[in-house]
Amino acid sequence: MSQQQTLQHDDITIPVVKPKGKPLFYYLIKQWPFHIMVLPSLAFLLIFAYLPMGGLVMAFQNYKPWLGLTGSEWVGLDQFRYLFEREDSLQVIWNTVIIAVFKMILNLFAPFVFAILLNEIRKQLVKRFVQTLVYLPHFLSWVILGGILTDLLSTEGGLVNRLLTGLFGIDPIFFLGNGNWFRFTVILSDVWKEFGFGTVVFLAALANINPSLYEAAEVDGASRWKQTLHITVPSMIPIAIVVGTLALGNVLNAGFDQIFNLYNPLVYAKGDIIDTFVYRTAILNGEMGFGTAIGLFKSVISFVLVVISYRLAYKLANYRIF
Amino acid sequence: MYHKSPAYRVFNTFNTILLIVLSLLCVIPLLHVFAVSLSAKAAADANIVGLWPVNFTLDAYKKTTNNPIFLNSMWIAVERTVIGTLLTLFLAFLAAYPLSKENSAFRGRNIYAWMFVFTMLFNGGLVPFYMVIQKIGLMDNFWVLVLPGAVNVFLTILMLNFFRGVPKELEEAALIDGAGHFRTLFSIYLPVSLPAIATLALFSMVFHWNSWFDGLLYIGNPKQYPLATFLQTVIIQRDMSSMSMNPADLALISQKTVKSAQIFIGALPILLVYPFLQKFFVKGLVMGSVKE
Repeated sequence: MSQQQTLQHDDITIPVVKPKGKPLFYYLIKQWPFHIMVLPSLAFLLIFAYLPMGGLVMAFQNYKPWLGLTGSEWVGLDQFRYLFEREDSLQVIWNTVIIAVFKMILNLFAPFVFAILLNEIRKQLVKRFVQTLVYLPHFLSWVILGGILTDLLSTEGGLVNRLLTGLFGIDPIFFLGNGNWFRFTVILSDVWKEFGFGTVVFLAALANINPSLYEAAEVDGASRWKQTLHITVPSMIPIAIVVGTLALGNVLNAGFDQIFNLYNPLVYAKGDIIDTFVYRTAILNGEMGFGTAIGLFKSVISFVLVVISYRLAYKLANYRIF
Repeated sequence: MYHKSPAYRVFNTFNTILLIVLSLLCVIPLLHVFAVSLSAKAAADANIVGLWPVNFTLDAYKKTTNNPIFLNSMWIAVERTVIGTLLTLFLAFLAAYPLSKENSAFRGRNIYAWMFVFTMLFNGGLVPFYMVIQKIGLMDNFWVLVLPGAVNVFLTILMLNFFRGVPKELEEAALIDGAGHFRTLFSIYLPVSLPAIATLALFSMVFHWNSWFDGLLYIGNPKQYPLATFLQTVIIQRDMSSMSMNPADLALISQKTVKSAQIFIGALPILLVYPFLQKFFVKGLVMGSVKE
C-alpha cells in the first residue's frame, strides 16, 4: 500500500528521476549527500566486516604468521579433512548442535507458555511486577551471571546444593564439573536468562487478538481452557513459527559467552562448543589455519540456515524482516 | 463469565503464585550476591548467608573501591561505553536516513542496504578478525574496544524503520524551503527522533558495558582491561597472577565478599538504566519489526 503511494508521489513531484537513459554519475552528483551519509558506516564495515572475510583464505592454507597470507603454503581442503578426522572437533560439533537445539526448543516453548499464563493475570500490579523481574536477566552479561552461577552451584556450600541437601537430603550435585550435568545446567540457565525477554513478542501477539473472538466463545459457553485452546494458541502460532524458524540459524550457535564463562577442563568432553574450541586451538595454540577452517564451516552452515529460515518465515507466516 | 467459575478461581490463584515464584527466581541469584557482599567475611565463608546480609558491613565495598586496578578498569569501561555509544549513534543516525529512502529516491540504496545486511548474515569468524585487528595496529589500543563495533547494523535498521514512520510531509516542507539533506536530517529529523535515539543509546550502552571478550583478546595488559574483562579474569578464570599484585592484595581480591561486591558493582549500571530500558525496549522491538 505505502509503496504505491510513494511511487505515485515520485511520479508527480520528481518525474525527472524516472528516465532510464541518465548515466549513473548523474545520480551520484545529484544525490551526493546520501552517499556521504552512508560512507562513514560503510568504511567501518569494509574494514571490520569485509576485510576479515578476505582472511578466510587462511582456511585453505597452512598459515604461518611469519610467512603471511601470500607466503603460506596452500593446502586446499586439507584443513577441512582434518576437521572431520579429528575426534575432538567432531565431538565439539556434536556438543554444539545438541546444546543449541535444546536451547532453541525450550527458548521457544517456555516463553510461549509463560506469555499465555501471564496473560491470564488480570491484576495489573502483579503483571507489571512479574514482567519487571523476568526481563532483567536478559540484560546482564554472562560474566556477571557466570560468576553468580558458579557461586550458587558450588558443591562447597553453594546456595542450590545447600537447598537440595536441606530439602531432599541428597549429596551435593557437581553441576559444573560433570559433563551431563553441565549440559543440563547450560541449557536450563540459558532458558532462565532468556524466557522472560522471549515473552515480549508473544505478549504483543496476545494483545492483538480480537476480543470479540473471546466474547463470541463466551456466549457459546466455552470454558477458559477451551478458549485458550481454540483462540489463544492458534492466534499465537504464526508468531511462534517466525520465532522458531528465525532461531534455526543458531544451530551452530550454542552461546560462546555462556559456555566460556561456565566451563572448565573437566567438562570439555561434553561442554566444549565450536566457538570455544576455535578460541583455544587458534588463539591460544596458534593453529590459525585450522581455526579459520572451523570458523568458515560454521559461518557457511549458519548462513545457509539463516537464508532458508528467512524464506521459510516468509512462506509460512508471511513475515519479512527487511 | 469464566472469571466467576470456581475452577478458574483455583487456577488463577495457582497461576499467580507460580508466576510470582518464577519471577522471584529471576532475581534471587542477584539478591544473594548482594547479601553476601554486605555480609561479614566470616559469615560469607561459612556459607550461612541467604538473601539477607549477616553481620552487615560495607567492608567489601571499601576494599573494592580501594583497589586502583578495579577503579581503573571501571573508568575504562565508562569511557568505552560513552565514546562507543556516541559513535554508534552518530553513525547509525547518519546512515539510516539515506537507507530509509526508496531505491527510486536514492539510486544505489539497495546495494548499500544489502552490504549492511550481509554482515549480519555472514562473517569471517574469529581468526581472520583477530588478524585484521593485529594488522591495522589496534592491538593493545583503547580504540579496539570502540571502533570494531562502531557500526551496529541491528541498531541502524531500528533507526531506519523509525525514519520510515516519520511523516514524509516534514521532509518535503524542509526541502521546499531550501534546506539540504544534511540540514533536514539534523534540524528536522533529529528533534523528532530523540525517543528512538534514546532507545538505541540504551541498547548500545548495555552492549558496551557488558562486552568483555574484546578486552580479553586484544588488550595484553590486564591493568588496561575494561571492567567486564577484569571481572571475567578475576572471578571466572580466577587468574590473579596476571594482575601482578602483592600477595596481600591478592588474598583480598579473591575474598568471597569482595568478589560479590565486584559482581554487584559490575551489574549496577545495568540495574540503574533497567527501568528506562524496560520502558523503551518493547517500543524498540515494535519499532524494528512493524512494517506496513
